[in-house]
Amino acid sequence: MKDTSLWTLGVIAGLTLVTVVTRSFFFISSKPWTLPRWAQRGMQYAPIAALAAVIAPEIVMTQGHFIGTWQDARLFAAAAGVLWFFWRKGAGQAVLGTIVVGMAVYLPLHIGLGW
Amino acid sequence: MMAVAPGLSAWGLMTGVAMVKSGMNAVESVAMTLLVFAGSSQLAAIPLIASGAPILVILSTGFCVNLRFVVFSAHLRPYLMHLPRPVRLLVGYLTVDLSYVMFTRRFSAPPQDAVQKQAQLAYLAGGCVSNWLSWQGASLVGIALAHSVPMQWGLGFAGILALVGVACSLASSRLRLASAGIAAAAAVAAFAMPFKLGIVVGIAAAVGLCLMVEEYTPASRRVS
Repeated sequence: MKDTSLWTLGVIAGLTLVTVVTRSFFFISSKPWTLPRWAQRGMQYAPIAALAAVIAPEIVMTQGHFIGTWQDARLFAAAAGVLWFFWRKGAGQAVLGTIVVGMAVYLPLHIGLGW
Repeated sequence: MMAVAPGLSAWGLMTGVAMVKSGMNAVESVAMTLLVFAGSSQLAAIPLIASGAPILVILSTGFCVNLRFVVFSAHLRPYLMHLPRPVRLLVGYLTVDLSYVMFTRRFSAPPQDAVQKQAQLAYLAGGCVSNWLSWQGASLVGIALAHSVPMQWGLGFAGILALVGVACSLASSRLRLASAGIAAAAAVAAFAMPFKLGIVVGIAAAVGLCLMVEEYTPASRRVS
């Protein structure tokens, strides 16, 4: 097993602080206060943007290059997961369903066909 | 609150596997699950840690993914302000999406008297503890089991699929969908930028463009 990296532990400490600050944001200070309007509106769009910016390269790129083939298990798995989510209209455990359906498509293509 | 435990456990289990499969060792994975305690920001950070992105890029990505909690905290403020600050911070730290949703569904108004204060806090604390236990228990099992699964299976991809699911659940308006599309395209196009800055560029482009489009949309047609 590789050695524990101090850098990784530092990142973990930083992310812990991010968890505390974001979850307590408006009740850290005892004084009532509000964010400027643009920041309040921006919060509508930032979370999904952050997720998409992390996800997209993990699905359509390999080693920093755009994949030149459609024979990639990740494409089909992500598409199947998204279709499942919107078919179920996000009800109940739809996120769990997205993972299960996506992996059910991913594993046979990846392990079986080597995509 | 117990009704949500199975889903939470499955997600925790998979996050545990994803951390180990990305190359984090047992100490790092256990520390991350016990301390960070935020599934989607952990999952978003995992590929960035693996590729050695600068800490500021990882933290700002985690912050953006966590911005929904900032919205929740504004809603929870009147419910919690009667508590001393350290207790508020502890409650905030432990209140995940599901605890927030169940709590505000059950109590539609902030507490008026001492009895209500106690009842609400008891409900929230019970929910947080039960969620914490199902998440942490499952994550630790995932970390332990991950070593017995061959790397070539690519089980870590389940972490990306979880983020896909969370992103879908956030796609509640056309502009949010546009935000996802712009961020995805910009992040891929700017991937060659140093320090993983493509992610920050993607977020900034998406939020900036959405705010501009919103500005030019008649108020009557706005959907938030």
